[in-house]
Amino acid sequence: MSEAQLEIQAIALVTAVACALPGAFLVLRRMALMTDAISHSILLGIVLAFFVVGSVGSPLLIVGAALMGIVTVVLVETLANTKRVGKDAAIGLVFPALFSIAVILIARFADDVHLDVDAVLLGELAFAPFERLAINGYDLGPRALWVMGVILVVNLAGLALFYKELKVATFDSALAAALGFSPVLVHYGLMGAVSVTAVGAFDAVGSVLVVALMIAPPATAYLLTDRLSRMIATSALIGAVTAIGGFWLAHWLDASIAGSMATTAGFIFGLAFLFARDRGLVALLRRRKRQRWEFAQEMLVVHLLHHEHGPDAEQENRVAHLQEGLRWEGEFTEEVVGRARRRGLVSLADGLLTLTDAGRDRARRSFAA
Amino acid sequence: MFDLFTDYTLRTVALGAGILGIVSGVLGSFTVLRHQSLLGDAISHAALPGIVLAFLLTGSNEPLPLIVGAGVAGWLGTLLVRAIVRNTRIKNDGALGLVLSVFFGMGLMLLTYSQSRPDASQAGLDKFLFGQAAALLRNDVITIAILGGVAIVVVALFWKEFKLLSFDPEFGSVLGFRMGTIDVLLTTLVVIAIVIGLQTVGVVLMSAMVVAPGAAARQWTDRLGVMVCLSALFGALSGVTGALLSSTGARIPTGPMVVLSASAIVLLSLLFAPNRGLVWDKLRSRRVAISADPREQAGL
Repeated sequence: MSEAQLEIQAIALVTAVACALPGAFLVLRRMALMTDAISHSILLGIVLAFFVVGSVGSPLLIVGAALMGIVTVVLVETLANTKRVGKDAAIGLVFPALFSIAVILIARFADDVHLDVDAVLLGELAFAPFERLAINGYDLGPRALWVMGVILVVNLAGLALFYKELKVATFDSALAAALGFSPVLVHYGLMGAVSVTAVGAFDAVGSVLVVALMIAPPATAYLLTDRLSRMIATSALIGAVTAIGGFWLAHWLDASIAGSMATTAGFIFGLAFLFARDRGLVALLRRRKRQRWEFAQEMLVVHLLHHEHGPDAEQENRVAHLQEGLRWEGEFTEEVVGRARRRGLVSLADGLLTLTDAGRDRARRSFAA
Repeated sequence: MFDLFTDYTLRTVALGAGILGIVSGVLGSFTVLRHQSLLGDAISHAALPGIVLAFLLTGSNEPLPLIVGAGVAGWLGTLLVRAIVRNTRIKNDGALGLVLSVFFGMGLMLLTYSQSRPDASQAGLDKFLFGQAAALLRNDVITIAILGGVAIVVVALFWKEFKLLSFDPEFGSVLGFRMGTIDVLLTTLVVIAIVIGLQTVGVVLMSAMVVAPGAAARQWTDRLGVMVCLSALFGALSGVTGALLSSTGARIPTGPMVVLSASAIVLLSLLFAPNRGLVWDKLRSRRVAISADPREQAGL
């Protein structure tokens, strides 16, 4: 591995973890698409700051971009609060407008400068190591690594300091207000963090990957655990795996690193979506199937109990009659009876079903419930 | 302004953008009413891998195969969003964000992969990303018109069903309609509206075209028929205005100009539409405040 490769992986790793931390709260608070809006509209912030400062390298561009992120959030909420359009429409109206203004400004006035819309949207991590941070001519490493490192530390510190507030405001905003800390403040603090993280990250990996890194790992973690702390830790871990896996996928295919990372993130989500232990699709289908048999057996014992000792028991409680009495298909009936016998709920003699004690118990319990 | 009648390129672009505005306006009305405005965003991003794959498989730049590829990918994306929302506790916004970013990333990966191979030529794909209305050809406009026309005819045929779906799907299923199928049909039409617009306004901005005209039209009326017609009108207006404005100066991209025109219509509608306009709201509340003034009530 060359030094540049190591540096790229380090940048990807730090970026992915820094994105996963606020992302977990966005997924929980149903604000995932705010990242989409912010990551697009910060382009306008960068362009405007560029016109003020006049240079592309200035850190003021990051400030301008982060401010535009907050402006986006405020605009979306103002628009949604008029009740004239839904919140989803508000997002869909605000960020394309801001993005359009940015694209027009760039095309018209800044086409010759290094402000490339492609680069902003798609990013190119492979070039990140070329931008070095040097103090007094001494090379300290890639600039992106420092920027994302600082953002990661800030996010970690914010998470540690306000963990309780974030947790309460996310799961029970009324309680948060009653306890005396404003959900609005928590909301804007979180949005500020998202905005700054998105700005730092899009410089390295492009705005679309920012969305992938902020949403996919937390959404995956959400399928794997029920505890907030574990969800955040899992998101960070999945983010890290995404970063390294995506890098090597890109290396292997000779393709865009950002695109490969997003693909890896999607692949990991797909695995969890299918195979998560409790919430995966496979577990879900298996549970549905089991419930179907459970329910059928319960119907069977209730039916038998109902007619037990009755005048028509001889006829009603025959296997052959179930097809008519319960409207079951022949094969299905056989399977249910077989399962119920194996579990010792019923016994079968000459086509006549009788309840065992356990079966009678089970039927009575289902009445009681 | 008179260039519209003399300049052939401008006429093609304005016509294409206008037709596109009508189609996305009609279908956008339904997405706005159903609170699915951001579905368009997801579809347009999700279309990218389909475009790249279609290009890799057919090796042609003709609009139709690319549109078909985009449509299939966008459609798969929406199905995935539905599957995620139905089977997990992830909500609509998370599923949309996930699908749009992952699909787009996949498209980007495929695109760069195809470019890195020696035999690659990928001219024409970039314009799907950011839209290049100026490069719209007569053939493209015909494709847009035919596909868009089909979509509008289907809307007219299934008008009652789509109305039920938008306002009271439960009632619809009680009446015996298959609301699930109708939902898939409407979503398919939205996918068509979006993929025919990708080339004109680009992936990023196409989402605005299925939101803005509908959101603006909603302010003016409470009737679905009027809303859909108004929305189509607003869409056409933004398309043509955007094309004209971008022709007034050098280096003004058409896609963003179309979106800004639509945004301006939304802003005006929000402020000044009769009844729902925010300006009238403000005036009304002031009048109420004045008439509630005790001195006035006392006749002073």
